[in-house]
Formats: sequence, structure tokens, C-alpha cells
Amino acid sequence: MSDASSSVDPQEIAKFEAMAAEWWDPHGKFKPLHMMNPCRLGYVTRQIAAEFGRDLNRPRALEGLRILDIGCGGGLLCEPLARLGATVTGADAAERNIPVAKLHAEQSGLEIDYRHTTAEAIAASGEKFDVVLAMEVVEHVADPQAFLSVCAQLLESGGLTVVSTLNRNPKSYLMAIIGAEHVMRWLPKGTHDWAKFITPDELSGFLETAGMVPVDRRGFVFNPLGWSWSLSERDLSVNYAIAARAG
Amino acid sequence: MEQDVLITGGSLNGACLALALARAGMRVAVIDPLSDAAQGVPDFDGRSYALAAASVKMLGVLGLWERIAPEAQPILDIRVGDGRPGEGAGPMTLHFDSRDLGEGPLGQMVEDRHLRAALLAALAEAPGIRRIRGAVAAQRTEPGRATVILEDGQTHSAPLLVGADGRRSGTARRAGIRRQVTDYRQTALVCAIGHERPHDGCAWQIFLPPGPLAILPLTGNRSSIVWSETAAQAAAIHALPDAQYLEVLRPRFGDFLGEIRLAGARHTYPLDMSVAESFTAERLALVGDAARGVHPVAGQGLNAGLRDVAALAEVLVEAARQGEDPGWPLVLDRYARWRRFDSGALTLATDGFNRLFSNDNPMLRLGRDLGLGLANAIPALRRGLMREAAGLSGDVPRLLQGRAL
Repeated sequence: MSDASSSVDPQEIAKFEAMAAEWWDPHGKFKPLHMMNPCRLGYVTRQIAAEFGRDLNRPRALEGLRILDIGCGGGLLCEPLARLGATVTGADAAERNIPVAKLHAEQSGLEIDYRHTTAEAIAASGEKFDVVLAMEVVEHVADPQAFLSVCAQLLESGGLTVVSTLNRNPKSYLMAIIGAEHVMRWLPKGTHDWAKFITPDELSGFLETAGMVPVDRRGFVFNPLGWSWSLSERDLSVNYAIAARAG
Repeated sequence: MEQDVLITGGSLNGACLALALARAGMRVAVIDPLSDAAQGVPDFDGRSYALAAASVKMLGVLGLWERIAPEAQPILDIRVGDGRPGEGAGPMTLHFDSRDLGEGPLGQMVEDRHLRAALLAALAEAPGIRRIRGAVAAQRTEPGRATVILEDGQTHSAPLLVGADGRRSGTARRAGIRRQVTDYRQTALVCAIGHERPHDGCAWQIFLPPGPLAILPLTGNRSSIVWSETAAQAAAIHALPDAQYLEVLRPRFGDFLGEIRLAGARHTYPLDMSVAESFTAERLALVGDAARGVHPVAGQGLNAGLRDVAALAEVLVEAARQGEDPGWPLVLDRYARWRRFDSGALTLATDGFNRLFSNDNPMLRLGRDLGLGLANAIPALRRGLMREAAGLSGDVPRLLQGRAL
């Protein structure tokens, strides 16, 4: 670790900075993320709605909720959540993502508070949120336990966090590293370090140690036949998410 | 932006889409050059629609069917037969009986004036629908929005523009979407007749060498007639006075309904098929005839349009409920993928059916008589065809299953 105040690995930031300008091209480099986004968005919105008793069939269903998206990138999650009425803050440690995300939100007619900062810096200011999202972030941080403890500090009491990552097993190595980076070239080589992948039980353990209570875990499964992603209660073998409540 | 979706064309499909989206809480604006008075025709003008059972379910969910039902004629049977001029229907007919399917009538016959009146009333009452009167002069897309400029200079923007402006869709043309047009060099003659004997809710499709003749039951002792002739022949027939027009129709029709007389205006429609090469473009989706105008041989035009509307409404409402941008390319891809196969199958089937039957080759006649007889003899095949005609097969959108979004 190079910076004691941050759990973000600088080499990881550099990799994503190089990719930032292409965030909003659905057929560009981030195509795999765009393909997966509706599935994880569906999961996140339903978890939030269930936790806070909101009806997603109503317009602006998430009005009044303060949501922080850590590692917001180009705003792929922030924009839909803002459209649902939530007050959204997007934080990214890669500086170049912020102007890209701001510009796009403006074009979409959405107000989103994008900040070039880290979870640690926000937590240090004492700011708190109803929902904290860390999607595909923990596999890129130097110390997942420290990072998730910071997430817990960012939550209001009764708040919800949703964390997604990649499982660590031979199948995820095959799919995420060999498949996505080498065969399909969906992601640049070196995007992921398999050794940093985390099993669902490990992630649950980290969340509990951070003082949170896991309430749901779900797999994101790619169906090559329909060329789409879907949620699975049983198959958490590659991509998955855990929702946890502030303790 | 004041609306989530901007629809050009407030006729049948555009109005149904607006209602479906507004009922699910989306904000919609409908642009149409015609006033309500021009759209709502109080007198019967001879035009009517054969609504498939699935379409009827959808109109039910949209709150329209209760307004239309008192004026609708249920289709209880469909008979498909081969015919020869002067003889009416041949002996081999394929009979679809709604009692075999056990899901109520196979469809409903609705007059254009009743459908339009119900739609106009529902549009006026629905909250969340802005109605803009005007003709579109130009349109453009920018990041995050599509904008239309009206002839009077007004501009309106939304994340998504939907073209529901018919088979000569200006919305599609301005977006650079090309069309494949097949001209059948045939013209459909359309009229309503009154007849002596009751039709008992039976719809007939009789295939004659010049083209098919459909007899579709209307309320009372009336039927809607759609028959096809070569373009030149049709023009000549259309020019005849009423009495002589009926003289031409009678032998094609047969005498099973007794004496016939005209019961409304006569219309002609050139038979062509106009298919957009793409159903979507940047921040644009096409529905109804703007996407694919099929000729009215099986009464499938409006039903196919309502399938577009049901699929697009479902895709957009689901996207809106998770906060997605309705004009986002990957959202529009979901609609295009859903409709592509279905539309291809329909145009091919309608086209092939018509080509097969509009022919007097004796071998073909024998083949189709045997085919009709065979299909009639196999209940499972018959039920399959019936479900298809009723719009109950395939990956059916929720609205067409009679379920709310």
C-alpha cells in the first residue's frame, strides 16, 4: 500500500483512467458492463425498494433516499438511480471519470453530485448515506476488510449496502480472466487479478466484521444463448452481489 | 424535458401506446396533425377491424374494451375455403370453432368509428398525456434527447421518439431508415353489406384466383367485405354504380347469406407491403405500419401493430422502473429483438398464403384443397393455427395476455 489514508491501489486506478472516455459507448470497450448493467441495476433497485418499503411501479420511487456509489465510473448506476428520484453522490478515485460522468448527467438532464474522492475521505468528513453501493470495487482495493469497514461508517443506521464482486474458483478464473480478457477481449488484459477475487463466504465475513448484517446474496449469470445476464439464487460461481444492512 | 416519450401519429397504434405508457406512470406527448373532430367519424364509413383475441385482451387492460364491447361483433368461427368465380366457396373448407379452443371468441369485429371514438375519449381522460396538434417538419438527435420541430416552429424533446405515423412514416424517413416495398399490383376493395340471413358470428376467408375474399361479421345482419382484384380490374369495379358493383360481388360471394345490399361507403386500398429495414434508430422506435405495413389480407395489420405497441410499452415500462433511459440503444435493442422474428414470420406467412391461393393452377388447387382438408382433420394442427390467428402463441407481451404492466 502506497498511501496510508486510502485503500485504493494506484496501479488499479491508472488502468481504469485509460478506459474512462469510453464509458458511455454501449458498443465500445465497456460493452460487457453495459450488457450486465440492467441485471445488476435490477438487483440494486429491488434490494433498495424492499429495504425501504418503496414501490418501484410508482414514478420516482426512490425519492428522498441518499445514495453513494463508490467507484461510480461514468455513472452507469448513478444515472438510473437519480432518474428514480434518489439523491445520488458518485465517487471515483480515477479523476478522469468525473468530467465524463458530469457531462453525461447534464446531457441526460439529471442532477448528480460527482466527486473525485475516495470512500475513506468521505467517511472522514462524517457524511452518511441511506445506501452505499460498491459494485465491482472490492476486487480492486488493496485491503477489502478495511474498505468495507469504511462503507459501514458511511451508512446511516438502518442503511443498506450492496457489494458486488467476482468469486474466486477455477470457473471464475476461466470466465473472468481467460474468457473475458483473453478470448472475448471484453476487458483489457490485466483488468483483473484473480488472487484478489473474493468468495461469497469471505465477503459475508468481511461485512459482518465491519458490523453489518448480510440480508441477501445473488449471482449474476451470463446466458450465452440469449447473450444476456440474469439473476440466480443458486449460481454465485462467477459474478455475485451481497446486500447487507447497517448493524 | 417535459416528457419521457414523444409519439408522432395519434391514430390507433400511437394512441394505444400513449395510453399504455401513461397508465404505467410515464409522461407522454402525442403529436398529430389531425384534430379530434377530423379523427372521429360519427357515421359508419364501411371500415372495420378484425381484432384478434389477444388484441381484445390488450384493449381491455387499457380500459378501452368496455367502451367498445357493446358495438362489437364476436367472431365465433372462422372458415377458410378455396373458391372459383361464380361458385362461392368450394367444398373443402378449414373450420376453426372457438368452442374447440375454449378461450372465448376467436376475435371481435369492430368498426373504425367505434374504435376511434373510444380511443379519443380515453386519451382525453388519461392523466400524463400531452396532446400536441401539428405536423412535424424536421427532427434531430443530440446526446440524451430527440427533438422534433413542427411546421409552426414549436420544438419538443424527449429521450425517445416513437414513429407511429403510418406506412409512409416521415419519422422513419427523416431518421434515414429505408423501406422495402413490395407492390402486389392488386387492390383491395372494401365495403360493408347488409344481408338477408344471419352470419352466426362466422368469418369467411375464400381464396379466389384474382385474390382472397374475406367476409367478416358485423353487428346485426351486416358483414364487412374485403376482396382483392388486379389493380386495373379493381379500378374498373370501383368506378361502377352501386347496383353494378353488387352484381360483380354476388357471384364471388355465393348466396349463403341470402340477398345482399351495400351498407356504407366503398373504399379501395392498393395492396403493398412496406417494411422498415430497421425498427429502431438513434433515440427512435417504430410501431405499427411505420414499422411494417402488411396488406389487409388476414386482418393482421392492426393486430401486428398492437403487438409492437405491447412489446415496446413493456420494454419501456420495465426500463423506466429501474431508472434506465428509455432512448438508450440497449433498451431499444430489446424491443427490436423481440419484434424481429415475429414480424418476419407474419409478413412471410401473409405474403406466402396470398401467393399460394391467388393462383388457378390445378395442381396447386388440388394441393391446397388437400391441405385445407388435412388441417381440418387434425384437431391439434387446427388448434395451433387458431391460437396463432388469435395472437395467443409465441413470446406474448403482457398486455396481450390481458395483464397490466
